[in-house]
Amino acid sequence: MHKLEFVLRRIGTSVFVLIGVTVITFLIARVVPSNPAELYIGPKARQADIDRVTKQLGLDQPLPVQYAVYMKELLHGDLGTSISTKRPITRELADRIPATLELLFAGMCIAVLFGVPLGILSARWQGRPTDISVRIIAIAGVSMPAFFLGLILQIVFFRNLHLLPLAGRVDADLRFSHPLTLITHFILLDSLLTGNWITFKDSVYHLILPAVTLAAYPMGLVARMTRAAMLETLEQDYIRTARAYGIKDRIIIYLYALKNAINPTLTVIGLTFAFALTGTFFVEIIFNWPGLGLFTVRSLLNVDYPAIMGMTLFGAVGYVLINLVVDLLQAWIDPRISLN
Amino acid sequence: MSTLSAAPRTDTGRTRALRHVFSVILREPLSLISTIVIILFILIAIFALQVAPYPLQGLGKTNAAESLQPPSTEHWFGTDKLGRDVLSRVIVGARPALIVPILVVFFAVLIGAPMGALAGYKGGWLDEVIMRITDLFLAFPSLLLAMAIASALGRGLDKAALALIVSWWPWYTRIARGVAVGLRERYFVEAAQAVGVSDVVIILRHILPNTISPILVQATVDMGTVILAMGGLAFLGLGTQPPLPDWGLMVSEGRQYILDQWWIATFPGLAIFIIVLAFNLLGDTLRDIFDPRQYK
Repeated sequence: MHKLEFVLRRIGTSVFVLIGVTVITFLIARVVPSNPAELYIGPKARQADIDRVTKQLGLDQPLPVQYAVYMKELLHGDLGTSISTKRPITRELADRIPATLELLFAGMCIAVLFGVPLGILSARWQGRPTDISVRIIAIAGVSMPAFFLGLILQIVFFRNLHLLPLAGRVDADLRFSHPLTLITHFILLDSLLTGNWITFKDSVYHLILPAVTLAAYPMGLVARMTRAAMLETLEQDYIRTARAYGIKDRIIIYLYALKNAINPTLTVIGLTFAFALTGTFFVEIIFNWPGLGLFTVRSLLNVDYPAIMGMTLFGAVGYVLINLVVDLLQAWIDPRISLN
Repeated sequence: MSTLSAAPRTDTGRTRALRHVFSVILREPLSLISTIVIILFILIAIFALQVAPYPLQGLGKTNAAESLQPPSTEHWFGTDKLGRDVLSRVIVGARPALIVPILVVFFAVLIGAPMGALAGYKGGWLDEVIMRITDLFLAFPSLLLAMAIASALGRGLDKAALALIVSWWPWYTRIARGVAVGLRERYFVEAAQAVGVSDVVIILRHILPNTISPILVQATVDMGTVILAMGGLAFLGLGTQPPLPDWGLMVSEGRQYILDQWWIATFPGLAIFIIVLAFNLLGDTLRDIFDPRQYK
């Protein structure tokens, strides 16, 4: 019963936060700019257009009425129309989600697959050279601007070593020589499902540099968090008891300690999603990756205001939901959480 | 803890803690180097126009005759497309890239800490309202929120800075509140209440000063993140506007030349990396010192 109550309360909080997020986005979209109508039409707005949009968005109405209209459109899945592409923003975002998710997923996998073991190693050899080098790697990871790391990797792996492609999601020529049947719009998955090995291999090559660039920051965070959580766990009584019984270090660390140390690491993985999401803005523009980030950055450059606001809301909602999932997952793994 | 016991007994708690911090920083080579790097960068930023070899080019004056020259004794970091000395631009660009984030954190603390102290001390509905508002701000990925606000305000360094302050203050509200809640029940606060000291004075005299050290640690840890965020906004064209230099903006401008004229984007990028690394190393040490788990 405790568990159900926890889950319901946690979902309730998220609903409250989501409503608040729409209020803040609404305020940024309509109240912060000195002339929102002008922003919604784009540069070189004519007075007639401004009047039309003012009417259309209800900008001449009181704020609560405006918000009600805004919410009504939102609930119908309407985020407005992009100024630069003239298409509905929901469509623009939907088209680009698979590319970004592919990148995010690959980046987070790299971050966890390297970050967690590095953190464990660091904790196991606390104060030794291994620990010191891991800490330096981790801090370097969180100190490196993604837009700079991406450029460095391009210089090294494309220009100097000729190992990996410069940018893009897949080689443009392959579209003609080995056309891909789209099922899920995740190129890796689709090429695998349809047995299109050439495209699969090429898209893996294209994914490596952007994914590594994106992974640097979360990897650093995950490694630091795992280290801290492991060190704390290793000092607890049950570990000392296990040691006293003469159980091997390896078993203690990977079996007994890791289980309890993984929870704070999960929190960080939820947190790093935020960094990774904004990280994609820089990674996608450097690697010309056709996802949400590239769309957002182009919208910023074109002052495509409705698109920027749509993306802001979308990103915040995604972040709230991810945090909800992480919290529920933690409660499921560690019953102590839901009892508090 | 030898430093703690060695400190003379007449020391007050706060100066003793400060001494402890300095002694640890001096002992750890990495934090010592970081501190030196940070001070050096800040000095360079302050005296940018005196230090830069070509101050006018640093501010944007073009010099087409020397376009895209590789690093040399004349131009240590080479020149950009418009022939401007990259070293001078990195030095002048330290102002928006380094000094402005420091001011951003300062103002975020100035807004956030009193709000948190008020919420934690008063409790009740005021606490509830303030903390729910911070929850809403923290529900956004910080950089995304800053980006949205910056684009709503229009381009410019001042607007980017304002956007960052708005996105960062809630973190300090949370910390200050946590400290204040713990202090509310302490005797010295109750004693002050009993003799009729007003709430405002209690918050200013007794609550806020005690939030300083955890907030200072958090602010140092955050400096790196805020510098990265500022660099990101500048990279996206939302911060400093050309022809003025800013590290993030310079990386963005040098991006199209990266394969052949690597120096244009590399040096400002390195500058961001080094200063953020220094702040993070120092923040790590400070966090270790102030982490209560260390005192066992």
